Amino acid sequence: MSFLLLAEQLLNGLQFGVMLFLTAAGLTLVFGVMGLINLAHGSLFMIGAFAAAAVAAASGSFLLAVMASIAAAAAAGVLVEVLVIRRLYARDHLDQVLATFALILIFSEGTRWLFGSFPLFLDIPDYLSGPVTLPGGIDYPLYRLTIIGVGLLVALGLFLLIARTRLGIQIRAGESDREMIAALGVNISRLYTVVFALGAALAGLAGALIGAIQSVQVGMGEPVLILAFVVIVIGGIGSIKGALAGSILVGLTDTLGRALLPGLFGLFMEPADATSIGSALSSMLIYILMAVVLIVRPTGLYGARA
Amino acid sequence: MAEPILSVTKINKSFGALKASIDVSLDLRVGEIHALIGPNGAGKSTLIKQIAGGLQPDSGTVRFLGRDVTALDTVQRAQMGLGRTFQISALAMEDSVLQNVMLGALGASGRPFRFLRPVLKDKALRETAETALARVGLSEQALMRTSDLSHGQRRQLEVAVALTMRPRAFVMDEPMAGLGTSGSQRLTRFLDELRHEAPILLVEHDMDAVFALADRISVLVYGSVIATGTVDEIRAHPEVRRAYLGEEE
Amino acid sequence: MTRETLFNAVLGLGLFAFPLWAWWAEEPFMITLSTRVVILALAGVGLNLALGLGGLVSLGHAAFFGIGGYAMGILASHAQSYTPLMEFPFVIEGTKSMPVIWLVAVVASALAALVIGALSLRTSGVYFIMITLAFGQMLFYFAISWPAYGGEDGLSIYVRNSFPGLNTLDPIQFFLICYAILGAVLLLSARLAASPFGLALNAARQTSERVETVGIRPYRLRLTVFVISGMITGLAGALFADLNRFVSPSMLSWQTSGEIMVFVILGGVARLFGPVAGALLFILLEHVLGGLSEYWHIYLGLLLLGVVLFARGGVIGTLAGQGGKHG
Repeated sequence: MSFLLLAEQLLNGLQFGVMLFLTAAGLTLVFGVMGLINLAHGSLFMIGAFAAAAVAAASGSFLLAVMASIAAAAAAGVLVEVLVIRRLYARDHLDQVLATFALILIFSEGTRWLFGSFPLFLDIPDYLSGPVTLPGGIDYPLYRLTIIGVGLLVALGLFLLIARTRLGIQIRAGESDREMIAALGVNISRLYTVVFALGAALAGLAGALIGAIQSVQVGMGEPVLILAFVVIVIGGIGSIKGALAGSILVGLTDTLGRALLPGLFGLFMEPADATSIGSALSSMLIYILMAVVLIVRPTGLYGARA
Repeated sequence: MAEPILSVTKINKSFGALKASIDVSLDLRVGEIHALIGPNGAGKSTLIKQIAGGLQPDSGTVRFLGRDVTALDTVQRAQMGLGRTFQISALAMEDSVLQNVMLGALGASGRPFRFLRPVLKDKALRETAETALARVGLSEQALMRTSDLSHGQRRQLEVAVALTMRPRAFVMDEPMAGLGTSGSQRLTRFLDELRHEAPILLVEHDMDAVFALADRISVLVYGSVIATGTVDEIRAHPEVRRAYLGEEE
Repeated sequence: MTRETLFNAVLGLGLFAFPLWAWWAEEPFMITLSTRVVILALAGVGLNLALGLGGLVSLGHAAFFGIGGYAMGILASHAQSYTPLMEFPFVIEGTKSMPVIWLVAVVASALAALVIGALSLRTSGVYFIMITLAFGQMLFYFAISWPAYGGEDGLSIYVRNSFPGLNTLDPIQFFLICYAILGAVLLLSARLAASPFGLALNAARQTSERVETVGIRPYRLRLTVFVISGMITGLAGALFADLNRFVSPSMLSWQTSGEIMVFVILGGVARLFGPVAGALLFILLEHVLGGLSEYWHIYLGLLLLGVVLFARGGVIGTLAGQGGKHG
């Protein structure tokens, strides 16, 4: 495999990882601060994508579509938090799993009812389409490059938010000691809603950005959700740093595995066998990575040691 | 002199900047009750965890029955015959009192992996369990749900579970806590007898019980043992009076 | 007789009487529907051992359901095409015999549960949930990308597999096979809960520390029940595939894991007959609501939400009152 092709795959992996980070960040924040496992996080991703597709179709503006995705997902997040999620903080994980599983059913079927079963399409705007030539002579789609940029910017913003702002201080306090932040006079219930909405908005943004590469359809959120779980298990629950490291690791492993494994097996196998075994194995690669991390560090790369 | 049943040598443990155990040494000899006292936050619970398993010391050794058990975990130490009771009851609250004691008997039997016969029909286990309940005075409560027991009864049940294991040494973390006067007098009389079956390392806040029972007392303050001695020696020890008894009374 | 025992008896007899009536009334579809309930209940009984007795919230039980399904699909497809499964180092032929298929399904599920369990049980709580879900998804993607057995399209079997002395093509006979298996597994599950192992496992769910202190390793208890649980759900998967004469990656999907868990919860966690009541209710809802609206999953979601938020204990818990869980 040539250098150019490898560089392109590396960038693809990075782009995939950055998108995973946007989804995983919200999940890990919500778990870290509120102790809640939210299966319906993937639905918020889907809502972002559908909102973007609908607004883009109506207005023709991609920027407006992206903003709509953030707003719609955050609004859905607030709604769900106030109506349902709030009642689950004190419950055990089983109840959280079931209630948020129920939310997936409601969101998915509700979306199908509103938009039908056929996929929608979100077009990349002209000013972001086409390739750009990077140093070293790599031709790479501008849109994917933009995703990487936006993702890294959001990651940076999130780190600054947590490290520097008042909200960040409250979030960190909430992760270490819930009673203390109540004692400090923070309105916990509002803090929780804000954190949940923040996570939802990030997932919505990811949905919109990805929606322009794939098709926008019901059920698009859950595969991403499960990958985000893998990311969190690898990175360590509750850690934003872990979510970033885990996301990039999973993104690169998956992309490079799919690109390289069939060829690698081709060196010593029949081409047909190599393709089938290589692709089957590469689909399992990130889970194998997860298993290895579990054996070496059961609490994840950045998780608190047990 | 025969080797002590249980001995702790120069144990150190810190959590970040907090030193929870500093060069702690103590031992437990045949037939004795060795009381461990100290103000809250002195590091008693941390020390108990290092003795019973569940927490590794940073340095130092724990020996039990002539064997270095520092690297062994809770399960292995329990299997060797270390019987432990918890400060905050660790009981299966949804189960009956009898089921909780049966669990101890089952653990001691070493054969928990039996799948088809009802455990309550296992005569040997049941006898061990019922004897233990009778000894702590909980026979009448056998079929009650554990969560319905009073606080004091739960302490008694903790002791009963430890009894079913016929341990070679007991480590009891505040068994008197929450017992009324008559309850703690009864438990005091019971432990007084029990020491002849197996020695007891007793962490306790109830000073009447400690002074009535202990053959020796060790005083733990800020992670260090500042004195070990008989009841009279400890009562007379100036540093103990200043550091501990002075605050307490 | 407690109210729960009475309820269980009514449920068990009703589930037996209804298909008999359908057979008499010549309504084969109703027999098939009942068979579905029985098989899904069996999958739920498997999960209920891990979830109810062991406290292990596994969101990856579709893995075992699917492995059972593929055990049947792979063996039967080789038998129907007269090609051996493998020829080296020794020849393994396909088979159309149910007992053999069941055995393979159970052993394969046990092995998978041993590996998945050994890894997942290194963690607990939310990690465990996420990891079991992830391993389930791993097998799902594997099944999709492995072309030999139909990949995404799945595998069809032309004729239902055989059971010595019975005509499995007759819906009522196949129902009876499944019903007998469910009965046997329920009995096994009740005995397990009352056994020394059940006592220790149930205690480990409530207080792991105590179980260690009496010299028993909670990890081994949990791994054991996880394997048993996987075996039962795997057996259900083989029967389910046989009922549909079809197996596809959807049996391995996370939705399937979620649905198996829903049977358990709708019926009542840790109740012996909970999964039976849950599966029955689920199929009833699917049938009734599904007839009313294409989007019946919305109502299912709302109902589930209501059960979780307001009616903890599920159907049996609500009807029979608290207390009396098995264990």
